[in-house]
Amino acid sequence: MSWGQLLALAGLGAFHGLNPAMGWLFAVARGMQERSRLVLLKSLPPIALGHLASVAIVASVVAATESVVAGNVVGIVGGIVLVAFGLWRLLSERHFRWAGMRLSTPQLAGWSFLMSSAHGAGLMLLPVLAAGATTAHADHAMPGTRMDGTPVAALEGLAAAGVHTLAMFAVMAALAVAVYEFVGVNILRRAWFNMDRLWAGVMVGAGALTIALSAN
Amino acid sequence: MTRWTPDPTFYPTPRDAAGAPAEKLAYVAAFDRAAEQPDAIAVIDTDPGSDTYGRVVGWTDLPHTGDELHHFGWNACSSALCPTAPHPHVERRYLIVPGLRSSRIYVLDTKDDPRAPRLVKEIPAEELAAKADYSRPHTIHCGPDGIYVSALGNGRDGGGPGGIAVLDHTTFDVRGQWEADRGDQHLAYDFWWHLTRDVLVTSEWGTPDMIENGIDPELLLGRQYGHRLHFWDLAKRTLVQSVDLGDQYQMTLELRPAHEPTKEYGFVGVVVSVEDLSASIWVWHREAGEFKVTKVIDIPAEPAATEDLPPALQPFGAVPPLVTDIDLSVDDKFLYVSCWGTGELKQYDVSDPFHPVEVGSVRLGGIVGRVAHPSFPDERLAGGPQMVEVSRDGRRVYVTNSLYGSWDDQFYPDGVGAWLAKIDVAAEGGLTLDPKFFPHGDEFRGRRVHQTRLQGGDASSDSYCFPSA
Repeated sequence: MSWGQLLALAGLGAFHGLNPAMGWLFAVARGMQERSRLVLLKSLPPIALGHLASVAIVASVVAATESVVAGNVVGIVGGIVLVAFGLWRLLSERHFRWAGMRLSTPQLAGWSFLMSSAHGAGLMLLPVLAAGATTAHADHAMPGTRMDGTPVAALEGLAAAGVHTLAMFAVMAALAVAVYEFVGVNILRRAWFNMDRLWAGVMVGAGALTIALSAN
Repeated sequence: MTRWTPDPTFYPTPRDAAGAPAEKLAYVAAFDRAAEQPDAIAVIDTDPGSDTYGRVVGWTDLPHTGDELHHFGWNACSSALCPTAPHPHVERRYLIVPGLRSSRIYVLDTKDDPRAPRLVKEIPAEELAAKADYSRPHTIHCGPDGIYVSALGNGRDGGGPGGIAVLDHTTFDVRGQWEADRGDQHLAYDFWWHLTRDVLVTSEWGTPDMIENGIDPELLLGRQYGHRLHFWDLAKRTLVQSVDLGDQYQMTLELRPAHEPTKEYGFVGVVVSVEDLSASIWVWHREAGEFKVTKVIDIPAEPAATEDLPPALQPFGAVPPLVTDIDLSVDDKFLYVSCWGTGELKQYDVSDPFHPVEVGSVRLGGIVGRVAHPSFPDERLAGGPQMVEVSRDGRRVYVTNSLYGSWDDQFYPDGVGAWLAKIDVAAEGGLTLDPKFFPHGDEFRGRRVHQTRLQGGDASSDSYCFPSA
């Protein structure tokens, strides 16, 4: 992976971490309910783990597929999927349906996995992942990071998901602690920007970009 | 279309909601007992700075007759901020309005002209029956994953079980029956929840064939109306525990859980004890994992001369208080109790829920009292304070006077009339009737009035997922 890819993965991770629906708000609510900062902090790793699982599946599939098919097929097909999913998210007003707030740690990871998957968090990384195929032999690739063979490529996908999730975790943790300790949840009323719409827009844009880059 | 920022009427915590601005409009369910004219949603001006303050300023007739509008609610509320399935960018704009007799459910849009709600959808009784096997829809609550609607009867024959149906948040289509396992629960009426505890609570009135032709003295004295509370797992949709209050306590109706998410108690009103005609208020609470229900208020019957009583009550020589609605202020401090028989609204300080202190009272109407409104001292009022709604800041209380068509006729056989009174609340408790606010009689065009909903939300419309402190 190139530095540019790493940066993009981390940037998207930060974007996901920012979204209240991806988990930091749930961590805050759990902490407030039990009046315990520790409960808040302990909620963050399972949420990140669920997110990682959701993203890693997409990343591994993309990386493994890339190693066996022609370079631009993954980009074009993936891009089309991404545009379609993004448009559906943009036009549909349906929201994630979930009842139940008292979750065990494994359930919390499961909730995060479903939430991330329903939002297509992993799909959003497609442009970056697909770019792997074209940058693999480019000069600016980090030395020694490009590996060949399907299982190895899948591992690379996992590494990408890991970088992404680390950034997501950092932003999520910072926001959760800041809101819990200092800001208070009333901030939601003014500052909870409609991430879903922006999110869907980013997806459509990313998909189109992937197709354009891959078709070159 | 969704919004870019959350609907301004959604509040994360009860304390934030208690700081909400005063309501400018109230919506009131109005129904024609004769089923000759259509039922309607009446819109009342509640802005004290307005020239039409306290007057009916809007009126939306429904397309059918005989619906018997009763309770209703909003499509979305503060529960949209709950973190497991947040959807804060939907709008609180649709009123979900069930016909308790017709089993039809209307959806009215209040956005374009809040004074003229516009009908946008009708869910036929057949759809509710086919998809959820329910009829006689009653209470509406905006849930985390859909709109929950309680129903008194099954979708086939006027019997039970009653239960809860779920409507889609966006399309309002009936998604189906809520219960995965109802155990021996058969009677239904009200429901609400402790969202952050995954607990849903339901109460019991009677099946449609037990109530639609009036209160049945044989069933009542045979202790056949509901006397239990049911506690459910909100996530698994299964019955966890039922608590029997004792079969003398007939009709456990309105459920008012504490708004504060860290509290796990709530209040329920019992209409009448068949042993002494008293009414009572109980608190549910949890001890070592088990729910308990404890009586905290007894309201005795008032002796009366036989000739002052309607035939149904003459054998008893007393007026039962008939507690038919209660409401808890958003800050969980004051509980309002409607005594529809004796014609009194009582206010209790329930800061300590196990030791309520009566701090206010207003008398209007009543089976024997017929107390007039101070602004219309010559008009003896029928009915009594019944449906009670409290503003989010807790400073204003609205009461209407009809209970349920066929039951009105038994207890107020010379006609129940129609009135909506507003009561001002002093900061530390104490009630005063607002002399300038009393829409009544012909202003309601021959209809009777039941539930009131306040624009932007009220004390019985919203649930909160974040503690105040």
